[in-house]
Amino acid sequence: MNTGKAAADPPAPAVEIGGLVKRYGHTAAVDGLSLTAVRGAVTGILGPNGAGKTTTIEICEGYRRPDQGTVRVVGLDPLRDARALRPRIGVMLQSGGIPPSVPAADYLKLLSSFHINPIDTALLLDLVGLTPVARTPYKRLSGGQQQRLSLAAAIIGRPELIFLDEPTAGMDPQARHTTWELIAQLRKAGVSVILTTHFMEEAERLCDHVAIIDHGQLVAAGTPEQLTGTVGQLRFRAEAGLDVDSLLTVLPPASAVKESPAGHYVIEVHGAVDPLLLAAVTAWCADRGVLANSLRIESRTLEDVFLELTGKELRT
Amino acid sequence: MTVFPRDGDPPGPPRARAGLPPSSSLGPPGGPLGLADTTSGNPEPSGTSLFAPAPGAAPLGRMVAAQAGLESRTLLRNGEQLLLILIIPLLLLAAFSLEPLVNFGAGLSRVDFLTPGIIALAVMSTAFTSQAIATGFERRYGVLKRLGATPLSRGGLIAAKTATVVGVELVQGALIIAVALAIGWRPDASPAAIVVAPLLIMLGTAAFSGLALLMAGTLRAEATLAAANLVYILLLGLGGVVFPLTKFPATARPVLELLPTGALSTGLRSVLQHGVVFPVGNIITLAAWAAVAITLATRMFRWD
Repeated sequence: MNTGKAAADPPAPAVEIGGLVKRYGHTAAVDGLSLTAVRGAVTGILGPNGAGKTTTIEICEGYRRPDQGTVRVVGLDPLRDARALRPRIGVMLQSGGIPPSVPAADYLKLLSSFHINPIDTALLLDLVGLTPVARTPYKRLSGGQQQRLSLAAAIIGRPELIFLDEPTAGMDPQARHTTWELIAQLRKAGVSVILTTHFMEEAERLCDHVAIIDHGQLVAAGTPEQLTGTVGQLRFRAEAGLDVDSLLTVLPPASAVKESPAGHYVIEVHGAVDPLLLAAVTAWCADRGVLANSLRIESRTLEDVFLELTGKELRT
Repeated sequence: MTVFPRDGDPPGPPRARAGLPPSSSLGPPGGPLGLADTTSGNPEPSGTSLFAPAPGAAPLGRMVAAQAGLESRTLLRNGEQLLLILIIPLLLLAAFSLEPLVNFGAGLSRVDFLTPGIIALAVMSTAFTSQAIATGFERRYGVLKRLGATPLSRGGLIAAKTATVVGVELVQGALIIAVALAIGWRPDASPAAIVVAPLLIMLGTAAFSGLALLMAGTLRAEATLAAANLVYILLLGLGGVVFPLTKFPATARPVLELLPTGALSTGLRSVLQHGVVFPVGNIITLAAWAAVAITLATRMFRWD
């Protein structure tokens, strides 16, 4: 995956959020969130259910008024400058938004007539694989087809920035893959993308930058490599019940050993796993007559990072 | 060339793409976007793709026309709505004109009495009932919310809805007048009626639209559906549409004439049947309903 580099002289970031607070009653859905999404990159907002992802994205889209803090989208205030901002962004809501009885092609034609340089409707239908159902009312499309129509509607006006709230939810793996390719093409064309997702693979493959939020606050931000690369992992399988405390004594300080599930061992060290560490572990095993099976060196996945930071599984 | 596989789609170059930039700007051969071949290691230069940002809002008139066109087509394709806005008014006009089902008074033409009432019913069915139900479900399905993120402003959306209502009313009016004339309608109107009758209809449309949006913007979609239909039935009976308000008790009549349907049907009847030049009371009543309903709808309407 490429790491997105913003243009050298962007007039303003795609999205710039500072000290954002949004309360519903006594609970703060967003609680002092600050983050910046650079232009021309794919920025993922990850978080468990109820973390404030959709609230944040809907404030950027101008749907909700922040209680505190500042939000700038391509340098504009989403509420005060709504009229100037709307033509420049594309929006895919988490669900719905399309009249149930309207055929797919008619809906795209409507949205295309709102813009001065729209993508041709027939071509766009073809690109998202909806040509065979162009005359089918929205309500009779499958869940994945509905998502693709909603994505097509977000990009038909050739926006410079698109907000995608869980773009591949409800898609089968093949449709998900091709949607990823479409998003990669948008990025290559210079479109900035802000997306929320529950799929770690999506974030790892697609995103140049990732912001993990929980309880309405930013808990980590960076490239997927930065987030996953700070901890190296050495995994192996062996008989259950090895003396992990003894193993710890041959490892560098601040390392950790877990057996989970039984017989599966994970050693985590700061930085990368190096040859000395590998030698120390295999020597320790040899001393005890233990054969380490399926021994492999990995970095953490975003899923691991996420779990560690939020204490929650992403998919619930 | 499709991103998504299509059943029965033959392999081969993409079909003609009308209205696009010259094909040289579409990226490398083999696919307009290089989407089909992401492993070629031949990325197109950024900025030349079909997706290269080129945002901008269309002129307001074009947006409003497109939105009104879609809303009109949706409305006219919906069987229940057609029943409400066209079939019921025309059936009532024909049935009550041809058969003496109600005694309107000796020596009076039935169709002369009925036509203004049926026009009032048509205005109510389009501007109030149909619009309330459609808007209620648009809100429920997030359609209004999604439109809020497009270049079409709220004012533009209201303009499109108004254009839809007026367009449908013109169709209704043409059909009702044609059927009424065929049955034998001979309006007794002053020349001013050519201005005053449309004024009454305009004020009635404004009042009914305000009430429709007030209902659709505050109640749940199902509640709006039920309430809008109930109001339609009640005012069909109590609004002076087919049953003369003179048949109601003298105490009830002034109240019924203060309802928007009663005011519109009575006003139209004064102008088209009795040759009254300017039914001041009915016009004030409708204007007051319009002002109150639109003010409340503006303040209370929830878009999502």
